[in-house]
Amino acid sequence: MIEINSLSKSFGKLDVLKNVKLTLNPNQSVALIGPNGCGKTTLIKSILGMVLPDSGEIKFDGHKIRNQFQYRNEIGYMPQIGHYPENMTIGHIIEIMKEIRNSSKELDEDLLHAFKLKNMFDKKMRTLSGGTTQKVSATLAFLFDPKVLILDEPTAGLDPLASEILKEKIIAEKQKGKIIMITSHLLSELDDLINGLIYMQDGQILLDSPIEEVKVNTGQDTVSKAISHILKTMQHA
Amino acid sequence: MLRILKYVIRDILNNKIVIAYALLLAVLSWSMFSLEDSSSKGVLSLLNIILLNVPLVSVIFSTIYIYNSGEFIELLLSQPIKRSKIWSSFYLGLCISLIVAFLIGAGIPILVYSPDSTGLMMIVVGVLITAIFVSLAFFSAVFTRDKAKGIGFAIMLWLFFALLFDGLVLFLLFQFADYPIEKAMVGITALSPIDLSRIMVLLHLDVSAMLGYTGAIFKEFFGTLTGMIVTFSLLGLWVLLPFWFSLWRFKKMDL
Repeated sequence: MIEINSLSKSFGKLDVLKNVKLTLNPNQSVALIGPNGCGKTTLIKSILGMVLPDSGEIKFDGHKIRNQFQYRNEIGYMPQIGHYPENMTIGHIIEIMKEIRNSSKELDEDLLHAFKLKNMFDKKMRTLSGGTTQKVSATLAFLFDPKVLILDEPTAGLDPLASEILKEKIIAEKQKGKIIMITSHLLSELDDLINGLIYMQDGQILLDSPIEEVKVNTGQDTVSKAISHILKTMQHA
Repeated sequence: MLRILKYVIRDILNNKIVIAYALLLAVLSWSMFSLEDSSSKGVLSLLNIILLNVPLVSVIFSTIYIYNSGEFIELLLSQPIKRSKIWSSFYLGLCISLIVAFLIGAGIPILVYSPDSTGLMMIVVGVLITAIFVSLAFFSAVFTRDKAKGIGFAIMLWLFFALLFDGLVLFLLFQFADYPIEKAMVGITALSPIDLSRIMVLLHLDVSAMLGYTGAIFKEFFGTLTGMIVTFSLLGLWVLLPFWFSLWRFKKMDL
């Protein structure tokens, strides 16, 4: 469904992505992990067409995404830090997004209700706390029932309750067979969310395998332990 | 496209600066016309004020607005919308708002006091100058992500066209006073949209008779139909080229 082939990108002298190759298919829910500045966000932004790669190509449903925009109808993206126009209200933002997507599908308003955002529709984005902004980002990512969910640090800044709500939502979407890509530094919360693991370092993908395989290879029984085991071996290598 | 355009215009109106701009133009225009005893003098005074203020407000307000909308543009980019549509919607939104403000603020008094070809020319020129300087604002905003640099560049553009360019032309005139440079001067004025506009309006006024020999040459060129067509095409290019260049850059930008 998403096919990335020999993707490279550099910002000035800094090579952020080096010859990245990756395929994501339905029913795959992967965690994208790696140290800070390893190119995770750049990879995500390349899939979204916000960053234009220097070489290589990305295919979505078999079509190259360069200069295309329609394919983004199928992607729900939750940014690491949501930037919104400051003097717009929550209701306004959601309204505009609905107009832009103009989706005929039924809207998925689960998170809207779970986060009780309707009570805050008149609040301006400027006045919101970081956590509430994250709730808006999450709601927008899931609202149009997309086939692909890209979540950049989804639970960072959320309170435990909201974090739990979001995790349950991710699990529910995973069971529907969607492609989910999560980046996170909080390994302990990834346990039930993912079935695959991608490890990036210095702009390269060093590991890309199903979680069961990872568990067996490392001899650990939970995702978080397996990942920390990998992190230790990778960083010492 | 219409959806974003609608949002941009609503956001600009909420901002109230555009309303203040329309009020400022209205105060200036009404007082200019009531201070001067003949409407032709009023047009002349107003022309200079418009050619100074309209570009200034257009270029600076637009540049700041684009930078402040960076976050919204980023959000839109992750949605299924074409990049060129986002950029053009912002351009049209800014242009329409500022042009409407100009028409309400200056257009109405001009039509009341000087309802002739001169007045009409003033209005056309004001609209074009607005579109040109919004276009130049997009040009400067796309160059750098550094807000201070971008706004600084926009101010430099305004300074150059509104003040420095005239100084340069005068300097050339004095330096080459002994040579027949009248025709060359016609060519040089094409390089500044503000000067082009000024000449277009001046030639419609009786004062152009006082411009002397150079004025006669100007009238001979700009006064004819060909001259008019050339001038308006040049002003059209001033609208299109900076914006077209900024669009080309925006399409290739990483956000």
